[in-house]
Amino acid sequence: MSGQAHATTGTYLRVAAILVMVTLIEVGVFYVPAFHTVLVPVLLVLSAFKFTLVVMFYMHLKFDSRFFALLFGGPLLLALAVMVSLLFIFYGALRLRTGV
Amino acid sequence: MAHSHSGAHALRTSMGLDSRKMAFWAFIGSECLLFGSLISTYLVYKGRSLVGPYPHEILNIPFTSFSTFDLLMSSLAMVLALAAVQRGDMKQGKLWLLVTALLGLVFLGGQFWEFSHFVREGLGLTTNLFGSTFYVLTGTHGAHVTVGVIWLLTLWVQALRGKLGPGQAITVEITGLYWHFVDVVWIVIFTVVYLIQ
Amino acid sequence: MKSWLTTTDHKRIGLLYFWTAFGFFLMGGTEALVIRAQLVRPEGIGVSAETFNQLFTMHGTTMVFLALMPLSAAFFNFIIPLQIGARDVAFPRLNAFSYWVFLLGGLLLNASFIAGPLFGADRLSVAPDAGWFAYANLTSRQFSAGPNVDFWLLGLQILGIASLAAGFNFIVTILNMRAPGMRMLRLPPFTWMTLVTQFLVITAFPVITVALVLLMFDRFFGTHFFVPAGGGDPILWQHLFWMFGHPEVYILILPAMGIISEVLPTFSRKPLFGYTVVVYSGVVIAFLGWSVWAHHMFSTGLGPIADSVFAGTTMLIAIPTGVKIFNWIGTLWGGQLRFTTALLFAVGFIAMFIIGGLSGVTHAAAPADLQQTDTYYVVAHIHYVLFGGTILGLFAGIYYWWPKMTGRMLSETLGRWHFWLTVIGMNLAFFPMHLAGLFGMPRRIYTYSADLGVTRFNQLSTAGAFIIGIATLILFWNLLSTRRRPITAPHNPWGGATLEWAIPSPPPVYNFTVIPTVASRLPLWQTERHAPMEPLPERPPAPIHVPGGSWWPLITAFGLPVMAIGALSRLLPIVLVGAAVVIVGIYRWAYEPFEM
Repeated sequence: MSGQAHATTGTYLRVAAILVMVTLIEVGVFYVPAFHTVLVPVLLVLSAFKFTLVVMFYMHLKFDSRFFALLFGGPLLLALAVMVSLLFIFYGALRLRTGV
Repeated sequence: MAHSHSGAHALRTSMGLDSRKMAFWAFIGSECLLFGSLISTYLVYKGRSLVGPYPHEILNIPFTSFSTFDLLMSSLAMVLALAAVQRGDMKQGKLWLLVTALLGLVFLGGQFWEFSHFVREGLGLTTNLFGSTFYVLTGTHGAHVTVGVIWLLTLWVQALRGKLGPGQAITVEITGLYWHFVDVVWIVIFTVVYLIQ
Repeated sequence: MKSWLTTTDHKRIGLLYFWTAFGFFLMGGTEALVIRAQLVRPEGIGVSAETFNQLFTMHGTTMVFLALMPLSAAFFNFIIPLQIGARDVAFPRLNAFSYWVFLLGGLLLNASFIAGPLFGADRLSVAPDAGWFAYANLTSRQFSAGPNVDFWLLGLQILGIASLAAGFNFIVTILNMRAPGMRMLRLPPFTWMTLVTQFLVITAFPVITVALVLLMFDRFFGTHFFVPAGGGDPILWQHLFWMFGHPEVYILILPAMGIISEVLPTFSRKPLFGYTVVVYSGVVIAFLGWSVWAHHMFSTGLGPIADSVFAGTTMLIAIPTGVKIFNWIGTLWGGQLRFTTALLFAVGFIAMFIIGGLSGVTHAAAPADLQQTDTYYVVAHIHYVLFGGTILGLFAGIYYWWPKMTGRMLSETLGRWHFWLTVIGMNLAFFPMHLAGLFGMPRRIYTYSADLGVTRFNQLSTAGAFIIGIATLILFWNLLSTRRRPITAPHNPWGGATLEWAIPSPPPVYNFTVIPTVASRLPLWQTERHAPMEPLPERPPAPIHVPGGSWWPLITAFGLPVMAIGALSRLLPIVLVGAAVVIVGIYRWAYEPFEM
């Protein structure tokens, strides 16, 4: 058995509905030219939201031991930091080399 | 100290948590670095292909959106399967396990179709950096989905044989963790590769 | 014999790791001696350049992956469950699997020395030869056409699997299998450092896995991840490799630091000075270890911002390291010192690691590093920290824990000879390299001109290396000769404070007759607030179930080198056979009844 509180089937269905809606919004943002200036931040936020929903509810992290959240969250943050640093280094170097 | 309910035998553990579940969360943490490195490689090489085809010419958003829905629904099916097994409803458990696996197979079928379509359109593994990074990233993800489908079908067969019950809920839970993680990685790939071009 | 092949007992697995790793250590040492024989004089033509490339590549790869890491693993395996009051690790069969995968991966890597004829080449021509960090695009098919680099990347992938599996195993073991009362801040420092190390393993190894996969795709399938002609950037390899590589060096040093933190208190008859600070410093070192990787790349044109950031983080990491050194000195200070061989090596560690750390600090200054990088100055640095640090620490561990592991005492006389010859030898070997490097001797060259002015330094280094060789043989002799002695070591020959000393030497298969309840950090010592733990009963009160062995870890492990051989020979059917062995092995393993 896992955790004290427990999500119900209803919760799972509601989460599924939200995931579907958010995906629709994402695709919508992609297709509507007016949103293109904010495309990247909006999509990142929306997909982060979906990510969090699946992890919290489907993977049960909201109700489970906080230690599991640490076991997952630590390396996750590390992976994000690594990605960001690499992008900085590569695109920074590019700007340096091309003098832009 | 607390007891963890690990099915057949309740072993005392110093954190009161199931060892297998702990190991699996550590594994998922590790996989974040694996996919993080692959996604970083994709991003670092974005826009640096010497020749086409380029992403905007070839990526099919409607089709991939459907794949994304499919995988999201498979996560729902997985969670329903776990809930069923936990309350002892093996009939529902078997059903939802099978549905999850089938939805996974649909996803894989979609990937196969997409890959062969891309190859026909001139994007091979070695054509350009986009091809290389795309196929290695999504291919690694697809390989993970394949392992997941095999894992799910194995559980389903065990259930058919009457060997899967609430006592083995932890196994189904860990299967679910794997499956949801694979879904979550796809959420990232869908955004970073397909939507942010 | 069969029981050794199917064992899941952490103590036996620890011994397997020990002897296998020691064997690889001797191999790596031999490679070093040939290198030093070659370099003793300018324009030396003992071995060809191609052979020399294989020698230094295999020396580095063997020492890092097949000697130092597994020697540490020998102690993780044998000692950790004892220190935390457990009967075994969390996943005993996975533990065995890690060992077999390590053995097979190491054999595959070294098989390259004799596999030449299988590829239509001479003997001794297909061992990995692109350096232990195999920079792209030297490793591309264009510039490394033979199977050498394939052996390297496939061997490392296999070894990575072994390390990752062990990482998950030990994290869960240390967190979840502690005896009652064994709170985290009561854990012995060696256990703490091991825990931190395993977190580094499970985060760093996936990165090199990806790097190796990309390299494999370039070499096997014609992609251009690291090939400039196809738009690829060889620098990406360096980033990915060192993102793994820098945490890797902390993976190499932290366990040895943990060993020292056990040995010093025992032979000073004082608790570790500043235990909490030492533990937290270890954690901080691990964190910061992830932030410094590009200090290996100062000469690649990262730009002033990146250079400054990485120089800064590198200097920062000297702080927690220095803190530990002061705490170790503080442990010795005012203690009742008994200069056993173990303590000698522990003190030697402190001194040598300080020297290695100082040269490391000079590397942190990016402008200075521009002169030092890729010269023998770096070789001096790495050998002071890895030999003077890790290896001296592991030697301390050997002398400390050998009685517990085998029930026999090592000869202290031979130990002293080993110690002094080692310290003299290593300083003679590696100190001159600082100067040779600054005088302009590059790394990885098979010979050098007399005009360079480094001949004298090389002569000293070679003499030192051979002294190390003799010293190591003395250790080997010491270890072997104990096998013929009777098992007479007491429970606690050194008067140690931690749980492993509460049980017989060697321990019974179930470790503890009764799992102790722990009330302090130093259970066996009288401290201000705690009396020593009551001795454990001689016999267990009730029969203790001991899980049997299993064939599946070994069988599953076999599938991996089979897959690698299939890849090396470009024969897909063999790869599939190997994969099938792995899959069947996993299924049989999963369905096998195995009670903890």
